[in-house]
Amino acid sequence: MPPVRPLPRKNITPSLEPATAPVALLVGTRKGAFILRSDRARRTWKLTEPIFLGHIVHHLVLDPRDKRTMLMAARTGHLGPTVFRSTDFGRTWKEAARPPAFPKAPEREKGRVVDHTFWLTPCHANEPNAWYAGTSPQGLFRSDDGGVTWEPFSSINDDPQYRTWMGSVQDGTPDGPKLHSILVDPRDPTHLYMAMSGGGVHESVDGGKTFAPIVKGMEVVEGFDAANVTFHDPHCVRLCPSNPDRLYQQNHCGIYRLDRPSNEWTRIGKSMPKRVGDIGFPMVVHPRDAETAWVFPMDGATVWPRTSPDGKPAVYVTKNAGKSWTRQDKGFPKAHAWWTVKRQAMTADAHEPVGLFFGTTSGELWGSRTGGAGWTCLVRNLPEIYSVEAAEL
Amino acid sequence: MTVHIPSPLRSYTAQRGAVDAEGATLGEVLSALDRRFPGLRFRIITEQDTIRQHIRIFVNEEQARDLSVALRPDDEIYIICALSGG
Repeated sequence: MPPVRPLPRKNITPSLEPATAPVALLVGTRKGAFILRSDRARRTWKLTEPIFLGHIVHHLVLDPRDKRTMLMAARTGHLGPTVFRSTDFGRTWKEAARPPAFPKAPEREKGRVVDHTFWLTPCHANEPNAWYAGTSPQGLFRSDDGGVTWEPFSSINDDPQYRTWMGSVQDGTPDGPKLHSILVDPRDPTHLYMAMSGGGVHESVDGGKTFAPIVKGMEVVEGFDAANVTFHDPHCVRLCPSNPDRLYQQNHCGIYRLDRPSNEWTRIGKSMPKRVGDIGFPMVVHPRDAETAWVFPMDGATVWPRTSPDGKPAVYVTKNAGKSWTRQDKGFPKAHAWWTVKRQAMTADAHEPVGLFFGTTSGELWGSRTGGAGWTCLVRNLPEIYSVEAAEL
Repeated sequence: MTVHIPSPLRSYTAQRGAVDAEGATLGEVLSALDRRFPGLRFRIITEQDTIRQHIRIFVNEEQARDLSVALRPDDEIYIICALSGG
């Protein structure tokens, strides 16, 4: 395994002032996208009509650099993957001229095919119009023209070692192996992280020309070799805006924290209640407090139902970087609620107190204006929710 | 020749259910269609030039398995969206 190089340190500090503007929740579902807009107090919400009804929308993201451009990763059951773009906050849309796609393989070689674009991340604040995309099967792509055309990162997509770590389609999730959690250091546009399910967590300090794995301390399924990057399955990795040297991770095998320059993850999920466990998909970090993070635990026992343990949904928050966790379930059903929340379907806004939001695969969208202290169902009866992003208007 | 367009692709063809196209092979016809209706081809043909999993293309009554199928000017091409589940 190649060594991880020293971290870059460039002094570009992001703004961490609390937001005060209304919030828009950008919701990707298996049957289209929706936007839920709040008032300034986040008390009342208004849902749009479906956008691209019938399209499978894995991710819908607003560009925080102009607050008008939105990209949507979409396909349908029949039609291949594409990216739709709006430059007027979703009023009108155009399709990418060249969506993420792998290069054509030489004669007699079997090339890879993008099944769907799974993850979208705006690049650094100093790189306007630039975006990253992660695909299924695992591929990393970049656009420098606002999502119109996309170029592959050969350093990941074609590298023999990375292709080995990616494994085959059988080594991924039921919906296909994915490259996700593309993170940009707010201090340095060339400092990147990304994760693969399966295939571990990886870092680049040269803008993606090269990557190296960071998996030390991460556990794998019993009986497998944790030294083999292939066996690592990070579900969601988040970087703390207030301390970009701290990352949190929800993994197939627990909850972790990484404090750079260390390369070793610490399993902070061991301090979760034993009857709940530390399995789940999403991971959410506080916009201004790197000690605070939230998870949505799911049942990882026996045959892995991946539903709220005992049918009693709860969010868990840590306010001391994982030393301890507190249950937050005020407003949720007390029983018979077998919820699943996907890795992209839980997020925070930048208000004070922080707003938390998540969508379930059963089509309910829940929110908290109080950092998780109390919860309200914002919308019911949506299609299966794949992603939720909070955008400041 | 005539290419019959299924409803999921008619956003590319200004809602037309059939369009004229020319080409000596299925691949040439689809490339010609993509020049007129940008983006259409990639929704039904992969970057490896294979027909996507839930797309079927028929030339007259014969299913085309790849893009090398030779065509005559009076052929009818049917693009079908099939079997993608609920």
